Amino acid sequence: MNNTAPPRWEHFDHDADIGIRGIAPTMSEAFEQAALALIAVITDPDAIKPSRSLSITCSAADPDILFFDWINELIFQMTTQDLLFGRFEVAINKELLTATAFGESVDREKHQPAVEIKGATFTELRVYQNTDAMWVAQCIVDV
Amino acid sequence: MDTGQLIQRDETCWEIPQKGAMRVPAVIYADFSLIRDMDQKVCEQITNVATLPGIVDAAYAMPDAHWGYGFPIGGVAAFDPEQGGVISAGGVGFDISCGVRTLHTGLTIKDILEQKHRLADELYRTIPAGLGSRGKISLNHHEMIAMLNGGAQWAVDQGFGEAEDLERTEEQGRMKGADPSEVSAKARERQHDEMGTLGSGNHYLEVQRVTEIYDRTIAERFGLAIDDIVITIHCGSRGLGHQIGTEFLKDMAVSASQYKIALPDRELACAPINSPLGTRYLGAMRAGINCALANRQILTHLTRQAVASIFPGARLGLLYDVSHNTCKVERHKVNGQMKELFIHRKGATRAYGPGHPDLPAAFKDVGQPVLIGGSMGTCSYVLCGAKDNEYRAYSSSCHGAGRAMSRHQATKQWRGRELVDELARQGILIRSPSLRGIAEEAPLAYKDVSAVVDAADRAGLSRKVARLEPVICIKG
Repeated sequence: MNNTAPPRWEHFDHDADIGIRGIAPTMSEAFEQAALALIAVITDPDAIKPSRSLSITCSAADPDILFFDWINELIFQMTTQDLLFGRFEVAINKELLTATAFGESVDREKHQPAVEIKGATFTELRVYQNTDAMWVAQCIVDV
Repeated sequence: MDTGQLIQRDETCWEIPQKGAMRVPAVIYADFSLIRDMDQKVCEQITNVATLPGIVDAAYAMPDAHWGYGFPIGGVAAFDPEQGGVISAGGVGFDISCGVRTLHTGLTIKDILEQKHRLADELYRTIPAGLGSRGKISLNHHEMIAMLNGGAQWAVDQGFGEAEDLERTEEQGRMKGADPSEVSAKARERQHDEMGTLGSGNHYLEVQRVTEIYDRTIAERFGLAIDDIVITIHCGSRGLGHQIGTEFLKDMAVSASQYKIALPDRELACAPINSPLGTRYLGAMRAGINCALANRQILTHLTRQAVASIFPGARLGLLYDVSHNTCKVERHKVNGQMKELFIHRKGATRAYGPGHPDLPAAFKDVGQPVLIGGSMGTCSYVLCGAKDNEYRAYSSSCHGAGRAMSRHQATKQWRGRELVDELARQGILIRSPSLRGIAEEAPLAYKDVSAVVDAADRAGLSRKVARLEPVICIKG
């Protein structure tokens, strides 16, 4: 058992698109990390100043669907508010996710955004605990 | 792909025989080298499509097929509502009615050579591209509803184009049966500032030179000659379509058991055509098609403005506008009987052959133009729907090259700046807000579009008419 390892995120390959994955001791942190992986598809999350914040809530009985909704809600908010997020605070209480996302307006010179993301998909969509008892939240996003 | 499980019917036709839960066989059109290199997932996904209720004849994959969501990209399938046929959000895809239109310019390469840089800069200035770009048109609620009902016809009525454009757009620029009330407030909000924007990823606007003619008669009919300059726009229904896809994919996945549909893959989420959910999706998806048609029409208008500022006499007429990600009701003969079928084409082009009653008068005797997109540095093609292709894949053909390499691999292999410089040395000017985006879309990250087009030609899906090479590319 090694669930004290630091939270982290990674990408995984898909032929046309890209996989996002968060790995952390708790499900909430895994969702935060996967959100960073989502941002990293677009730009460097470290280059985003957390000057604005936005509250997000979603609810779903199935953790997979909750994750799907969380990622899609972030995509929706970034698109409509013209924002990029660089930091997340997520709390999951049973079926309810409440979160704050911190970020700033898109600056095309500074952020050099590589691509827009159309949506989260069901492909490779999984929220589970691995053999190290770490939570993993992942899916492919369509770009 | 492991070809051991396939029966080769002829040089370019491979069959996966009906087995297990498959209701029909699956057919892949490709030559040996394309099928050998084709992702194994295509085989798995097209087999899964063949299990869906009400599928007719066979599930088809085009020569550019690759791993998609549920359906492979390059997947074609027909469903009969009278046989419990389904409509699948995964079978249409997230970018509803993403497609291509090509415009004549009346200019030749000689005319534009000295103005190439100015033209590239002017197009880049005029066409909003990339993440965070905003269109100049913001639609209020009533305008949004009118756009979702009216498509390119609405755009032309607003002054974004000419009535002749509509004759050369599928569905005459307006998909009937759209139901904007089924498009969520979120989907509409996502589109609020995105009308007349190009988007990113593989979307582009390209100035192209005709470099080869394969069929002189049809090329003349299409108005194409060697050294002509044309402009091609590749984009879709933007945020509105993506949101519709996202919402209905989830609704259909969650409701599948209610409709007693066993999904081999959640991405094949679908509902019976005649169910309330199926009807709702059809209304929303058709509104999404109209959004894409309106968007390409507005981009056409902006392109005309940019070109006119440098070449005041140029007249940009539309060759044709085709969509890649749709489900359309079409009449096809099944066992000698005419039937109304719901044809899903995901990453595939409708390619009506000569004589089809729905073709515009200009193309009735030769067949429909089929526009095949390239990938920044590689060539594009104009094809034409082939005779009798209705019996091969419900009058469908390929749509482009399809990716051969992941974005991650591409960014490891290439740097955006080096690509821009290398393409400039080849005479191709790239304008894009993102160097990383360029690296991810590197020309060699895609399959060989020429091999795909040759296979589609040899398989009798469509005929080669002309090859186009890029001169200027505006990437999102």
